[in-house]
Amino acid sequence: MKIHEFQAKELFKKFDIPIPRGKAAFTVDEAKKVAAELKTFPVVVKAQIHAGGRGKGGGVKLAKSAAEAEKYIKEILGMTLVTHQTGPEGKVVKKLLVEEGLNIAKELYMAILPDRSNSSILLMASEAGGMDIEEVAAKTPEKLIKVWVNPAVGFQPYNARALAYQLNFDPEVTKQFITMAGKLYDLFMKYDCSLLEINPLVITKEKKLIALDAKINFDDNALYRHKDVVEFRDLNEEDALEVEASKFNINYIKLDGNIGNMVNGAGLAMATMDIIKLAGASPANFLDVGGGASAEMVENGFRILLSDKNVKGVLINIFGGILRCDILANGVVEAAKKVKLTVPVVIRMKGTNVEQGKKILEESGLPLTVAKDVWDAAEKVAAIAKKAKN
Amino acid sequence: MSVFVDKNTRLVVAGITGKEGQFHTRACAEYGTKVVAGVTPGKGGQKMDDIPVFNTMEQARKETGCNVAMIFVPPPFAADSIMEAASAGVPLVVAITEGIPVLDMMKAYHFIKASGVRLIGPNCPGIISPGKAKVGIMPGPIHKEGSVALVSRSGTLTYEVVDQLTLNGVGQSTCIGIGGDPVIGTNFIDALKAFEADPETKGIVMVGEIGGSAEEDAAAFIKRNVTKPVIGFIAGLTAPPGRRMGHAGAIISGSSGTGQAKIEAMEKAGITVVRNLGQLGKTALELFPK
Repeated sequence: MKIHEFQAKELFKKFDIPIPRGKAAFTVDEAKKVAAELKTFPVVVKAQIHAGGRGKGGGVKLAKSAAEAEKYIKEILGMTLVTHQTGPEGKVVKKLLVEEGLNIAKELYMAILPDRSNSSILLMASEAGGMDIEEVAAKTPEKLIKVWVNPAVGFQPYNARALAYQLNFDPEVTKQFITMAGKLYDLFMKYDCSLLEINPLVITKEKKLIALDAKINFDDNALYRHKDVVEFRDLNEEDALEVEASKFNINYIKLDGNIGNMVNGAGLAMATMDIIKLAGASPANFLDVGGGASAEMVENGFRILLSDKNVKGVLINIFGGILRCDILANGVVEAAKKVKLTVPVVIRMKGTNVEQGKKILEESGLPLTVAKDVWDAAEKVAAIAKKAKN
Repeated sequence: MSVFVDKNTRLVVAGITGKEGQFHTRACAEYGTKVVAGVTPGKGGQKMDDIPVFNTMEQARKETGCNVAMIFVPPPFAADSIMEAASAGVPLVVAITEGIPVLDMMKAYHFIKASGVRLIGPNCPGIISPGKAKVGIMPGPIHKEGSVALVSRSGTLTYEVVDQLTLNGVGQSTCIGIGGDPVIGTNFIDALKAFEADPETKGIVMVGEIGGSAEEDAAAFIKRNVTKPVIGFIAGLTAPPGRRMGHAGAIISGSSGTGQAKIEAMEKAGITVVRNLGQLGKTALELFPK
């Protein structure tokens, strides 16, 4: 799960991690009030959306006066912000963070994330802050300093020293950094984070180390023990269909093709998308109904993938194994009737009683075609896509 | 011979009294696996079918000599159960549970490594040596005894591949689902090492997916250490970056973890990479020695 910068900063505050003075605002008047209360200029007006790249997209502005602040507040609040992470349609800005401007002497990068290659916690920092870190990692990997913490042992001060002494800090800043790194690690572990990133982490001219930005993602599997984090969820930032799907434990991701597909199991779902593409069509989604597949799941899956108006045909690929295909077929027929199915559907199913299942589908009078294997299914559905185009 | 499980497997099931636990315990027993014990805290002394249930893994180990544990415990308690099995000295732990918090699993991972126990999973279908033993949730009847070993990060995709092998008359020596999570016990390389050493295994199928670099690492290992022919498949070539495709581990972040990079690494290592999933069984029939 993702949260906003201002929410991440609330957590930083809880752990005594230095952040700029400031407050979130949801209306122009609120934002103006926050700016006035800071009693200093410049102030920074920052769009609060989940995607990165806000500055480049025009969602972060430095205001030198109250009039300028008002201008930027009005400009950013309600704007459709397009960044490299939002997609071309962009995101409407509904929340702002207004903060004091700082006397920045240097911008750094800092991140904590789990490293799957050695099952340890990776702390990364770089003097090349404020930039796209992917680019730094690709072009100048030596500028990205890495340190690993064994989670069974926990963070030790030497972990932070190992970073600090490669970052060319002033001794005063080194001390602050070691303390801050420990606190960030605590926050990361306490809240089951999957990513904690500060870009930039700044050193001010007054030699203070401050988290100018804050990004935190959480492990969805651990949210059950963090009710306060769940409160941070902003459904506005998520795709409505994906939210709907998650209510039924269906994993749905919208893509831009026109062949809807519904599969049991994530690996097989990805492979099914791939084979649709290979057959010359384009998948409209990723949809995993889970390893098992009940009639109810199929019905909800149908409803969700058909709400995408681009869908011109559907491929269902269910590898049941021990699942009975007659039961599945009945589920598909019932679901197809309920959702008033209008587009053709190709079904590939595997399990016991395949023949009975096939008969039920074929005799239903609905536009349901049975495929004999996964490639046959892909070719049949690609033919539908081709027809839809002409 | 087979890898990790065989006729000598004595299985204990953690979470045996739950709905899933019961169902799959029965399926394993029906397949011929010796299920000797179950563990559910608070239900010690009861029986599930004819299988004795214990309160702790330690009691189960002492009373029954169980040597493989299958974990069906719900996610919040699963890492604890994995460590309990390792601590009791069960040498092989197969964790089926899906949705264990990553940080829980990381701690369990280091605990497991330190105790010298082998962990398969979590979030995996388990392991089967056709005709000998099944420890997992995979449908038994789609398998066929033979000499091709399979290792995969997926569940149902593994069944699809096994099914194609069987339909083409290509039997399997051992099939291992290593799981789709970021933190897993047995990885591709561990499985490949065991397959290479197993005299009964004549060919290997490796099924990967986008995310991480496990497939690239495995390809490098194969190039240096594996003499048996290997077929590879990667799922997720059409997946968009930055989105988690169902499995917690299946995510392309930045330029790393893409399917294309994995395929290139595998082909460079001499692996026959199948791009059309529908062709996998046929390719195996052509490539592997009879």
